[in-house]
Amino acid sequence: MSHSYVPLLFFAGIGAAFAVFSVMIAPIAGPRHYNRAKLDAYECGINPTPQAEGGGKVPIKYYITAMLFIVFDIESVFLYPFAVAFDKMGLFALVEMVLFILTVFVAYAYVWRRGGLEWD
Amino acid sequence: MIASMAGALPTEFVMTQISYAAVLPMLLVFGGAMIGVLIEAFAPRRFRHEAQVTLTLLTLVAALVAIATSARDHQGITAAGAVVIDGPALIFQGVIVALAAVGVLAMAERFTADEADAFTQSGAAVPGSPREAAAVRLGATSTEVFPLTLFAVAGMMLFPASADLLVMFVALEVLSLPLYILSGLARRRRLLSQEASLKYFLLGAFSSAFFLFGAALIYGYAGSLELSDIATAVQNQSGMDGLLIPGVLLVVVGLLFKVGAAPFHAWTPDVYQGAPSPVTGFMAAGTKVAAFGALLRVLYVAFEGVRWDWMPILWGVAILTMVVGAVLSVTQTDMKRLLAYSSIAHAGFILVGVLALNQKGVSSTLFYLVAYGFMTIAAFAIVALVRSSGNEATHLSQWAGLGKRSPIVAGVFAFLLLAFTGIPLTSGFTAKFAVFAAAVAGGGTWLVIVGIICSGITAFVYIRIIVLMYFSEPAGDTMVMTPTVMSTLCISLGTLVTLWLGIIPSPLLDLASQSTLFLR
Repeated sequence: MSHSYVPLLFFAGIGAAFAVFSVMIAPIAGPRHYNRAKLDAYECGINPTPQAEGGGKVPIKYYITAMLFIVFDIESVFLYPFAVAFDKMGLFALVEMVLFILTVFVAYAYVWRRGGLEWD
Repeated sequence: MIASMAGALPTEFVMTQISYAAVLPMLLVFGGAMIGVLIEAFAPRRFRHEAQVTLTLLTLVAALVAIATSARDHQGITAAGAVVIDGPALIFQGVIVALAAVGVLAMAERFTADEADAFTQSGAAVPGSPREAAAVRLGATSTEVFPLTLFAVAGMMLFPASADLLVMFVALEVLSLPLYILSGLARRRRLLSQEASLKYFLLGAFSSAFFLFGAALIYGYAGSLELSDIATAVQNQSGMDGLLIPGVLLVVVGLLFKVGAAPFHAWTPDVYQGAPSPVTGFMAAGTKVAAFGALLRVLYVAFEGVRWDWMPILWGVAILTMVVGAVLSVTQTDMKRLLAYSSIAHAGFILVGVLALNQKGVSSTLFYLVAYGFMTIAAFAIVALVRSSGNEATHLSQWAGLGKRSPIVAGVFAFLLLAFTGIPLTSGFTAKFAVFAAAVAGGGTWLVIVGIICSGITAFVYIRIIVLMYFSEPAGDTMVMTPTVMSTLCISLGTLVTLWLGIIPSPLLDLASQSTLFLR
């Protein structure tokens, strides 16, 4: 059993050695040119977008809408197979699906009552 | 040849049979959580706390009754091979529900003023922002903790009862997501709490990915995610170890993350420190029980055939966990971090029981989890009582002389610390003895030797706190809040179970050893 893991150990050792070597050699051998661009945020070579007013924080109100979308997204994912197999399962499936949709609406009711749908 | 290729596309429509009686406990908890969300949405603010506490406790009691009656009489694999209700699943579910009920008592503590519970007024508001001030003015409270707890409990109940790696993953997420939110809801030191929540979320997501990746590799090997099919494939199929062994290890790593075993323990101290103390207690107890239940099922049912490949690695993990937990707890100066490292050490001791790989291994692991769960919840409930200028006095120096200021609280805490150590007449002794005895029977003598040495190291840590509480002069403005009936009940229950299991352990040991047979 154990000898079959020896190559793995070697591999892990070489991997660790390579990582350590790369990190150590970079500040020694690499050139150092400091300029303004080096201090900017890296956005794939594009100039970084300017910061929003008020400390660079972007409002993320949209996330609640997005999360609510996921809830209904999941619901519709389950509706498809249900619709396909409905004729074979009959009343049982209908009751199950109504229960499922009700549980999804519990989440919706919570978001609505706690002001998640108000934009401001 | 992959066995399942032939039957990949079913032509005949077969309707799934679900034994509702068997899954009733979980349905009850989910239903209770749903009603809890509706209460949050529609009930007036001033009734919410009482309504939520009542609903949560009633739900948990109903679930416990359902486990003991309906589910017990309908054991078997149900829901198209997704859920298995057998002896270990039932007893793990029962333990989780009981621990959750005690934990909820601690969460319900509000002291005398109506809004002085452990949870923030508005979890979504930035600390110190006008929105938070508005929430304080409104007298808002985070009563959402109770439905969140119920959701977490439902996930914990499904975790050790899953017969399928994918269901196990869903259960893992269901139990984890509410816990991430709960740990960010502390009323005081909110930034620390939010940091803990974020760290827990990131590392939890990381570990879930490990688990899922492992499950995918195992599906590639066995052609099925059901644990029994995996076990069959492991027995009958040769070759493709390159898929099986990494898969097994990745799944196990995902579970060890949740257990808090070294080297996957890094989140534990930060999260235990930042989370509100009652949540920490519930989380430490409940998650450990659920994750060890799932670990036992995966190792004993699915991967038992390749044990010679994972045993040495888990031996290493167990030794490392015990040593890291014990040694690093010596250097801690914060009470909650100390208890976190102690929980890591305990995870190591429990792993010793798991690695026994025999019937005794299952029953002793179970016993240890029960013992550890109750003492931890009680200990964190006490941590929530000891205050200094409004905040929890978590620095060890603030606990100096507590025995003179508040003899009862200090006495109970000292008793719990002795139980953590494993002194006779506490449940900790019986638990450690059972686990180590099982390990010796299973050929793990070396593990037991390391375990005993580490127990010795942790004993030093706990005894040092007792000495600090009783043999030094009180300093600073540390005071003990007067608990209401809620945390009094929580602490008394935790302590009494610890004492009871230390004096008369046989009823639980018998029950545990009768329910060690995993259904395949």
